[in-house]
Amino acid sequence: MSDGVTIEVVIAEVAGLARADLERWVALEWVRPARAEGVWLFQGIDIARVRLIHELAADLRVDEEAMPVVLSLLDQLYDARRRMRALAEAIAAVPEEPRRAVLERIAAAQEPPNQL
Amino acid sequence: MKDPYDVLGVARDAGQDDIRRAYRRLAKDHHPDLNPGNAAAEARFKEVSAAYHLLSDADQRARFDRGEIDAEGQERARRGGWRDYADTGEGARYGGGGPWTTDDLEAMFGSMFGGGGAGRGGPGRGQDRHYTLTIGFVEAVVGGTRRLSLPDGGTLDVRIPPGTEDGQMLRLRGKGGVGWNGGPAGDALIRVSVAPHRFFTREGQDIRLDLPVTLAEAVLGGQVEVPTPGGAVRMRIPAGSDSGTVLRLRGRGVPMHGGSAAGDLYATLRIVIGKPDPALEAFLRGWTPDETPDPRAGMTEAEVPS
Repeated sequence: MSDGVTIEVVIAEVAGLARADLERWVALEWVRPARAEGVWLFQGIDIARVRLIHELAADLRVDEEAMPVVLSLLDQLYDARRRMRALAEAIAAVPEEPRRAVLERIAAAQEPPNQL
Repeated sequence: MKDPYDVLGVARDAGQDDIRRAYRRLAKDHHPDLNPGNAAAEARFKEVSAAYHLLSDADQRARFDRGEIDAEGQERARRGGWRDYADTGEGARYGGGGPWTTDDLEAMFGSMFGGGGAGRGGPGRGQDRHYTLTIGFVEAVVGGTRRLSLPDGGTLDVRIPPGTEDGQMLRLRGKGGVGWNGGPAGDALIRVSVAPHRFFTREGQDIRLDLPVTLAEAVLGGQVEVPTPGGAVRMRIPAGSDSGTVLRLRGRGVPMHGGSAAGDLYATLRIVIGKPDPALEAFLRGWTPDETPDPRAGMTEAEVPS
């Protein structure tokens, strides 16, 4: 993995991004680049996050009040997806018989509950 | 490639504000980072994006309107989307969820798959833990407490109620696995085996034993001490008792418990001669009773019927 790029490179890379906005996002910890010798170093994931926030703000009109809520929900969504994937991989590694039992339980759990 | 005006749902003479508004409305619904794993949304967003980039640029829009360029070729590949990073392990940097622990997994199984009988998504009751325990006969009859060492190093204080029977299940509420999402703990379920006793046997609430007595005690009667689960008690043997005589000690069986009254203890006399006594031998040689009934006279069923 590379050490990352400086803030100037990020601004050049993301069209329409203002430096003051990006600096504020870092200060608000919406973006969390590494810091080395007094400069921020943005890795691929940080640049993707900058692009996401920029699109949310510029294209989707998410304002700065709502942005933390949106980011928090998105982070929870992807957190759940990562866990779900880890779980799916773990289930895939289980032998045939118990794996089928687990999948059947999942399918059964997704059916509507019985009405009494 | 579809017509960009159709994609955005705007008129061919729509102003820039209308085009921007239409794009924002569609982007909110179909942005792929807001719809991870939804390929249809991603394809739609690419289409909408391409259409917007074409129509938002006055020069490009004019060339398209004149038929100089088609709708394609303007679409820029979206690289480095958030979902491409966030769906990998690297995404955990912004996840804030902390490392994956066994508790998380249990909570996930509990809430996602309804494990342990819990409802989906809600609090879940912990799992029941099963144990077996062998106790002595007298301990089972009169009750007591036992401290069990668990395989995980913990201990469990088990109260054994009076009158516990072989195979009985003891339930210790809340002593099983911990609950999740604030749900109650499971129970510890202990199956009790009662070891046999050297001379007591049990029939429901009653206890039986064979009580050895001397010839003199049987013939002449007298007070003897009888062991019971509650401690030794004195019992009067009537004169003229025989081997096999059953005497009852009322209330000396299994103590009263639950809805059951105390049982009785039945002692079956067994005359024990022991090492032959010369005086007894001498007496018996000179003993000539008027009539000597054959004690085996009735034992005819042993023969094969002819």
